[in-house]
Amino acid sequence: MNAVPWITILTSIPLAGGLIVINLPAEQKKLARFASLGVSFLALIVALVIWLAFQKSSVDLQFQELHNWIPTLAVQYHVGLDGLGLLMVLLSAIVVPMAMLASWKIDDRVPIYFGLVLLLQAGLFGTFTALNFVHWFMFWELSLIPAFFLIKLWGGPLRSAAATQFFVYTMVGSVALLLAFLAIFLATNKFDFTELAELGRKGTLVPALSEKLGWRELTTRRLALVIFGGVFLGLAVKVPLVPFHTWLPTAYSEAPTGTTMLMAGLMSKMGVYGFLRILVPIFPEEMRWVLTPLLWLTVVSIIFSAGAAFAQRDLKRMLAYSSINHLGYCLLGVFAAMSSGAALATPALEKAAALNGALLQMFNHGLTAAALFWFVGLLEERGRGLRGLDDFGGLRKVAPVFCGLMGIALFSSLGLPGLNGFVGELLIFKGAFPLAPWPTALSVIGLLVTAIFILTILQRVFNGPLNEKWSNLPDLNLQERVLLAPAIALMFVLGIYPQVLLGTINSTVVQLAQHLKF
Amino acid sequence: MMMDWTARNLWLIPVLPLLAAGLSALARRRHRRFSAGLAIGSMAVALLLACAAFATAVRHSGTELSRQVVNFRWFELGDGWVRLGWVLDPLTAMMLVMVCLVGLLIFIYSVGYMAHDENFGRFFCFLSLFASAMLGLVIANSLLLFFICWEVVGLTSYLLIGFWYHKPSAAAAAKKAFITTRIGDLAFLIGIVWLYGQAGTLLFYDAGQGCLDKPALAGLATQITSLGVVVPTAIALLIFCGAVGKSGQLPLHVWLPDAMEGPTPVSALIHAATMVAAGVFLVARVYPLMALTPAGSHSGAAALVVIAWVGALTAVFAASIAVAQTDIKRILAYSTVSQLGFMMLGLGVGGVAVGMFHLITHAFFKALLFMGAGSVIHGCHEEQDVRRMGGLRKFMPVTFATYAIGMMALSGVPIFFSGFWSKDEILHAAHAWSMSRWPFYLGVLGALMTAFYMTRQMCFVFFGKCRLALRQTPASEQGSVALPGIPAPEHPQVEHPAEPHESPALMTMPLAVLAFFTVTLGFLGTPAWPWVQSFLEGEHTALNVAGLWRPGVLLVMLISTVVAFTGIGLGYWLYGRDPLDLQQTDVLERRWPNLFTLLRRKYYVDEIYEWTFVGLNAWWATACDWLDRWVWEGAVELIAALVVGIGWVDRVLDEQVVNRWFDETCRSLSTSGGLLSRFQDGRVQKYLRVLGLALVVLVLLLIWGCRAS
Repeated sequence: MNAVPWITILTSIPLAGGLIVINLPAEQKKLARFASLGVSFLALIVALVIWLAFQKSSVDLQFQELHNWIPTLAVQYHVGLDGLGLLMVLLSAIVVPMAMLASWKIDDRVPIYFGLVLLLQAGLFGTFTALNFVHWFMFWELSLIPAFFLIKLWGGPLRSAAATQFFVYTMVGSVALLLAFLAIFLATNKFDFTELAELGRKGTLVPALSEKLGWRELTTRRLALVIFGGVFLGLAVKVPLVPFHTWLPTAYSEAPTGTTMLMAGLMSKMGVYGFLRILVPIFPEEMRWVLTPLLWLTVVSIIFSAGAAFAQRDLKRMLAYSSINHLGYCLLGVFAAMSSGAALATPALEKAAALNGALLQMFNHGLTAAALFWFVGLLEERGRGLRGLDDFGGLRKVAPVFCGLMGIALFSSLGLPGLNGFVGELLIFKGAFPLAPWPTALSVIGLLVTAIFILTILQRVFNGPLNEKWSNLPDLNLQERVLLAPAIALMFVLGIYPQVLLGTINSTVVQLAQHLKF
Repeated sequence: MMMDWTARNLWLIPVLPLLAAGLSALARRRHRRFSAGLAIGSMAVALLLACAAFATAVRHSGTELSRQVVNFRWFELGDGWVRLGWVLDPLTAMMLVMVCLVGLLIFIYSVGYMAHDENFGRFFCFLSLFASAMLGLVIANSLLLFFICWEVVGLTSYLLIGFWYHKPSAAAAAKKAFITTRIGDLAFLIGIVWLYGQAGTLLFYDAGQGCLDKPALAGLATQITSLGVVVPTAIALLIFCGAVGKSGQLPLHVWLPDAMEGPTPVSALIHAATMVAAGVFLVARVYPLMALTPAGSHSGAAALVVIAWVGALTAVFAASIAVAQTDIKRILAYSTVSQLGFMMLGLGVGGVAVGMFHLITHAFFKALLFMGAGSVIHGCHEEQDVRRMGGLRKFMPVTFATYAIGMMALSGVPIFFSGFWSKDEILHAAHAWSMSRWPFYLGVLGALMTAFYMTRQMCFVFFGKCRLALRQTPASEQGSVALPGIPAPEHPQVEHPAEPHESPALMTMPLAVLAFFTVTLGFLGTPAWPWVQSFLEGEHTALNVAGLWRPGVLLVMLISTVVAFTGIGLGYWLYGRDPLDLQQTDVLERRWPNLFTLLRRKYYVDEIYEWTFVGLNAWWATACDWLDRWVWEGAVELIAALVVGIGWVDRVLDEQVVNRWFDETCRSLSTSGGLLSRFQDGRVQKYLRVLGLALVVLVLLLIWGCRAS
């Protein structure tokens, strides 16, 4: 317990800010924009303060706050941060201002747009800090609603269908998640993640479930798997994992640029975060039962999405599939860390590597995907609404700075050493290969296809003879360069000195890997 | 044990060009001299440092200080740290001097060659970045750092091949180079993570704990089976896959000839002297791993056998293609592939010193040849087809003289040219190889063809009469065959074809320096005084002329001399005797048209890959897209339709069954409501009347109630 409730402050800044901004009169556009940007910067500062105050070597949850809420239902206000949560909080604090800047030119119902973005941020902060299922779930859903309206009201031509599909899809997942947790509550009378993780670690959760909820038709194992399946579905839809992904390409491509950045950069991380915070600690046994299918599903997801990305002709859809591919590597790391590795000399190290890699990949993908969607948004703005792979050509001649910076982001996505994408992928492969050799070796195909389609983007859009239609296409202006520079600089920093983040997450990961020992 | 200043500060060598690259990336386009000056200056300082490092390595040769290592922490992982580091040993030192020297000369040459390019500054930025990554790769003491630099080198190669990005062929070639090498790199990556898992570290040398130190190797050698393969061999072969990609070995050689789309200095530096040799250097660096035999096995290291065979086959394969090419740079490109094959063969059959010696000599004479070709192209107004040149020795004497030196070195003309000594080493080792005699025969055949195609090229370019003016006559086009991938000449036809001219001194001076080294370097590695070999192996050496007369040595020297002169003679006999004419078909084509076409079309490897791999990838992408549209999305649509269907049934049920009852009830309610509403018709008098009546009734009731009680 600590004197200043930092986490509550952190979450309430965008929550309060969002509620205020959303109620501004519609003509106060400038005020709404600057006020929300200010609020998000304030949140960034608070997040950085928390990061600096965070004890990096400690494995405990820090900045905990615990208050009873509905004692009879075991509902508590319990928040806290470990390396994992902190990493995601930092990412959210960085990407949200980026998304706001990318949305600067939105001119319709400005206060509502920016207010919703802030509420979404509050939902993210809440999700990444909550340690009790009930209010974790509230924030999880809270982030969904602004996203729905952001797509529905400011999206492209198919926005309505995209928003509905996105919402219904995620809702189905959420309902499965909720039902599963109600079942767990009925069996254990607990909603607290840390307490449930304790049960999961000791292996008492499965017997408790069968004792309290035992249905005659279901064996202990099947019952546990059904409940696990519910949670899994809720999270897999969010990540998403093939074949639960069909909402994503449409939603990403129809959403306005800023919202796509939030969805690709942050909301997809909620799913992986859920795997790490909920599935891995609470359901280790169940995961091990179905580990082989899960690993292969991930491999399918990785290879399939890379192939599908290569087949797209719309840059946003390409990047959308590429997102599925990149998050597939995160899950590969997570799942590989669940395998026993009993034959290895240092299984704990391999698991730590795989999990560190997965976490790092989450952060890096968040940053890179957000930047890439931003670039595509800028291109669309200059290209009179066009963003097809074959609509441009030779842009390097007229917009060298744009192409250079976007090229850096693309190579970061490709996993080029020296840029942020590499270290995460390296660690995932380093850890996953000894633990699960064949799935990991096959996943490499995904890296190859990713390289192919990223270079195809560079070739078709930037290289070749200039398409005369775009001979007046403006390069990035000074303001845009200044705004994009921090993101690009961060890609270099994290690529060259990943210790910045790994120092924060390593202790948490080591502890998690130790709990996976058996 | 005190470490030397040069070893401790070895990191400066790659960092200086990196700084130059960073600064010139931020410079504006018009600051041309700034970028070039920065690049050349940083490279010059790096060369000085490299020479100092070389001197240190020579001083400590054979002592315990001959390998000095500095490791540092990169990031935390698990309970420990992932560390990187650099190493100064003879291998590093030799490579450093070569890369810095050749690099510096090519930088200077580029100032002349690229003088009219609008993106002059960016060219030097990319070149500096390349130099930095290449030097980082050379000093790396960790396979991880090696891989990082390796990939950055690949990136700069991509950027520089596609430097004239507006040419679709250049953009395509750049992409092809990156993808092809990446195929090898991904296997390399798996090899790295596998080795990491097995050895627990990726540092090469770490006070006895590194993955190339004896304990780790001994540990690896006991790992007999995992996945059904011998572990050290599998790892070694996966790492070798990376080298196959980067060094253009079979079957991943296809990108290197296309890479000639880049500016000629790039071809000289990256695709001849340094980057493509990085694969050879990789094998040399992890040689202890490559040479590891499983415990208890008596046969040779399987990985080395594979390396030897791949090298030998590549040497012959590429040399035979070079025989039928007509683009001056492509001939050299296939020659590079072939020579890299020789290096691999040398590593496979002879060891580090054999392969590395040829790497060093080749770097000098091939850079010389490429820069000479650049000078020719420059002087002939961007003409690249050798059939349209001719007689240039009169117009470009310096270029001719230096080119001839390079050509003789490459062909293996004895005694005075370094190529002879280094190639001879390889043939000698192949001759002595216990596993098979075939690599030796292949090597001899490759050497024969090398001498032949180089003579053919010399005859076309420098002898006979100048055919440059003929390019304007339409008839000249009939003789030429449109080769896929070769772009049409860039420059518009000049109205009054200027005579070919000698290049400026800025370009010819580096040629002269390289020619000097091409001649002298050979004497550092003769059988009489094998200084390079003993330096690399940490032994002492002394002049011993008797080394020349040992039976095996002399025999192989004789064979390679005969082969070189046969090749040159044959080439001159076929191409040099009569003045060549543009219209005539190639001499070989007249004799064996089918074979010649096969060679000219490069055994159709590109076409085969186009049908198989590229087609497969496209097919796969389409299949994924189809799956997404119809299967996954279809399933979702089906569920959605089901839900809508249920909703419809619900509605019907609601309206027809549930609501009927409900409606009836409602109707009766509303009727009664209507009746009741008459009490509330808003007429105040009526209300008052009722109120009065009620009051009266109430009073009566109360009275009655009181009485009753």
